[in-house]
Amino acid sequence: MIIDLERFIGDEKPFWDELEGILDRMEQDVAFTMDLAAVQRFHYLYQRTSASLARIDGFAAAPELRRYLESLVARSFGEIHETRERPHCFAPWAWFSGTFPRTFRRHIRKFHLSLATTIVGCLFGGAALLLDPADKEVLLPFQHLTGSPTERVSREEQEVNKHLEKEKLTFSSSLMTHNTQVSIACMASGLTFGIGTLMLLFFNGVILGAVIFDYVAAGQTLFLAGWLLPHGVVEIPAILLAGQGGLILATALIGRDSGLPLAQRLRLVWGDLVTLMGGVGIMLVWAGLIEGLFSQYHEPVLPYPVKIGFGVAELTLLVLFLSRAGAGGAGGRKVSANIRGGGDV
Amino acid sequence: MSSGRRNSMIVRTPEGIEFSILLAGPVVRFLAWGIDVACISLTSITVGSLLRLFSILSLDLGMALIVLANFIISVGYGICCEWFWRGQTLGKRLLRLRVVDEQGLRLQFSQVVVRNLLRIVDTLPLLYMAGGVTCLISSKSQRLGDIAASTIVIRNPEISLPELELLADEKFNSLCEHPHLAARLRQKVGRDELSIALRALLRREELEPAARVKLFGELAEHFRSLVKFPHEAVDGVADERYVRNVVDVVCKRHGCG
Repeated sequence: MIIDLERFIGDEKPFWDELEGILDRMEQDVAFTMDLAAVQRFHYLYQRTSASLARIDGFAAAPELRRYLESLVARSFGEIHETRERPHCFAPWAWFSGTFPRTFRRHIRKFHLSLATTIVGCLFGGAALLLDPADKEVLLPFQHLTGSPTERVSREEQEVNKHLEKEKLTFSSSLMTHNTQVSIACMASGLTFGIGTLMLLFFNGVILGAVIFDYVAAGQTLFLAGWLLPHGVVEIPAILLAGQGGLILATALIGRDSGLPLAQRLRLVWGDLVTLMGGVGIMLVWAGLIEGLFSQYHEPVLPYPVKIGFGVAELTLLVLFLSRAGAGGAGGRKVSANIRGGGDV
Repeated sequence: MSSGRRNSMIVRTPEGIEFSILLAGPVVRFLAWGIDVACISLTSITVGSLLRLFSILSLDLGMALIVLANFIISVGYGICCEWFWRGQTLGKRLLRLRVVDEQGLRLQFSQVVVRNLLRIVDTLPLLYMAGGVTCLISSKSQRLGDIAASTIVIRNPEISLPELELLADEKFNSLCEHPHLAARLRQKVGRDELSIALRALLRREELEPAARVKLFGELAEHFRSLVKFPHEAVDGVADERYVRNVVDVVCKRHGCG
């Protein structure tokens, strides 16, 4: 009965089973690789199964058979037709010292916009506090910053940070995770066509500007510099880089004059987003360690010139790293050539 | 590639073959996410209990490690699972879902990272509301992270070959006694009609007796209306046998015998 269909399945089933076996192994074993002969066989099986699917397309058959063949072809299709570049082996140092700074420089205009937004926020925060000091509690939603700077400096210098004595590492790890979450949010807000990213950067700037103005106005500039510089010179640029990522995403979404479809524009920036966020993560781990283990110690434990000198040295190294590292390398993918405003360096 | 039904997507290969991919809807994805949240919580509690041992050395160190571990697990769970299990987390694996590239291709690492990092926007303002609404609106059931990473979540239901031996029998087919009418029958029976008949025969054991009699009665009546066979070919032939004979005639490419 149903001789042709039965015969058809009987003839082809061994090939389908063989293909299914290869696909199962591919999906279960991450390290599964094939030699040339195996790849050729895989390709043959895919073509044969595709042909089977085409044959039953013009031949009434059980829907289950069609779905079974479709599932085999769909699973094979991704493997056979994937032609995008795949990293052979991840080299962490080459990535950090080359790919990361090159990616940063390739999108330098977005970084400039990110920096400018934060500076505008700083100016706004400072001006708001200057015009209406009563807004301090609104502008600085952190309890330890709402009091008088002079009192805080006096208290912290007397206590020599006894309050952190037994929780330095916990404090440090909390800072790392919190700042990383903020950075991820800043980058992800690029999905709102960059509005969310710019708002976060601006708000961050407002807080920073208000704190700076508050301490400078109270004559505590030295304390402020000694407290903020050691970790801030890495932490703040990390947030700016996350903002840069958000703006890259927003540019790809808007795609003004790029001439490419949305999916293509987004495909071009995935790698750069991941690279930037990886670099941001490393920077924030460093900043968290410094803030938890170094920044919170003030005079007389640590002289302010030492802390300021450390911060300035860090900033100099960071600027040199981001502007010079990897300059002689491959140059990375030229992503922004296709997306207007990419700002190649 | 073109848009198909809301719950599936048609892909056309360079070889000219078309196949459909079943898309996962928001409800099943939400269930998978629920399982993943449970996994993340369980893993965090287990790892946290182990790391608490470091508190013997230093309470500060123990707490710091727990804070870091919780963060790494919550962010890294989706990325690691989807990369090493080719688009599946535990929740997706249990519900037979898989993340794939929008064009049916293999996932790239950057796609996995981007869709997981952008999850934070999908969760806004709470309980995946932004992602859920986008998923309902999107023709490919994509959340915001999926759109940015050009990924889709597909369903992979367990599919097995039809058991055609259920159809096999060697009984006499009276319709084959009239080759010219059998040929006309092959011309008149469409793919969809034959598919329904074939499906009914394969699933006959699953049907209630009354429903089975009714279904085969309607099918037989339809096929009898297409081509009138002489009385001697159809008299005394039960409806189910008649449908079986029709399928037999039509499925044989070279005719009866």
